[in-house]
Amino acid sequence: MTKADLIEEVSRVVEMTRKDSEVIVEAIFDSIVRSLRTGDKVEIRGFGSFRTRQRQPRIGRNPKTGARVEVPSKRIPYFKPSKELKDLVNESAAAEAGAAEVAPLPAPAEETPHGI
Amino acid sequence: MTLTKRDLVIRISNETGLVQQQVLDVVQKTLDYIAEALAKGDKVELRNFGVFEVKVRKARIGRNPNAPETDVPIPQRSVVKFKPGKEMRADVLKLAPPPPAAPPAQ
Repeated sequence: MTKADLIEEVSRVVEMTRKDSEVIVEAIFDSIVRSLRTGDKVEIRGFGSFRTRQRQPRIGRNPKTGARVEVPSKRIPYFKPSKELKDLVNESAAAEAGAAEVAPLPAPAEETPHGI
Repeated sequence: MTLTKRDLVIRISNETGLVQQQVLDVVQKTLDYIAEALAKGDKVELRNFGVFEVKVRKARIGRNPNAPETDVPIPQRSVVKFKPGKEMRADVLKLAPPPPAAPPAQ
């Protein structure tokens, strides 16, 4: 899914012109980036949070030559999905895998002697 | 400071002159669609922002450090990965040096 698809989908269900919904969708991502840039974090209930994380400097290697390269400390954007989003993604993936691979549950076992 | 969904809606409403309720509608639908696409296992690519993707983590045996003798099986699971876009990375890089963890009260 791309931003264009997203705008298409959204503008179909809201009572607004396509132009207006496009402006808002663009503003959402722009606003998140601007907040992170000023050092703020963004917390969207039910979806997840965006914040920045500090990476320590480290010694990297040029994989071609094996030469050591110093990688400086840096700040990177980080997204942490909410519990709801995690569960949603995990459960639907599990449901799909289950439907494909696992045949219907085995019928309940016949009365078996206990104490084995 | 933390930007919440509410702040986001107010900000966008102020900047675009569109009614808050309408903005909220679009914001909510946008988030819902991203979540929905991810639930279907689709990738969501937002130019200049980043890519949301679903990755499968293999099942493995975990270890409780307090009870190392018992195995803790961790089943296979799907997780959401976000890879920030180039522009976003570059913007955040400019932020260095990092703001203090707890900024002093003014």
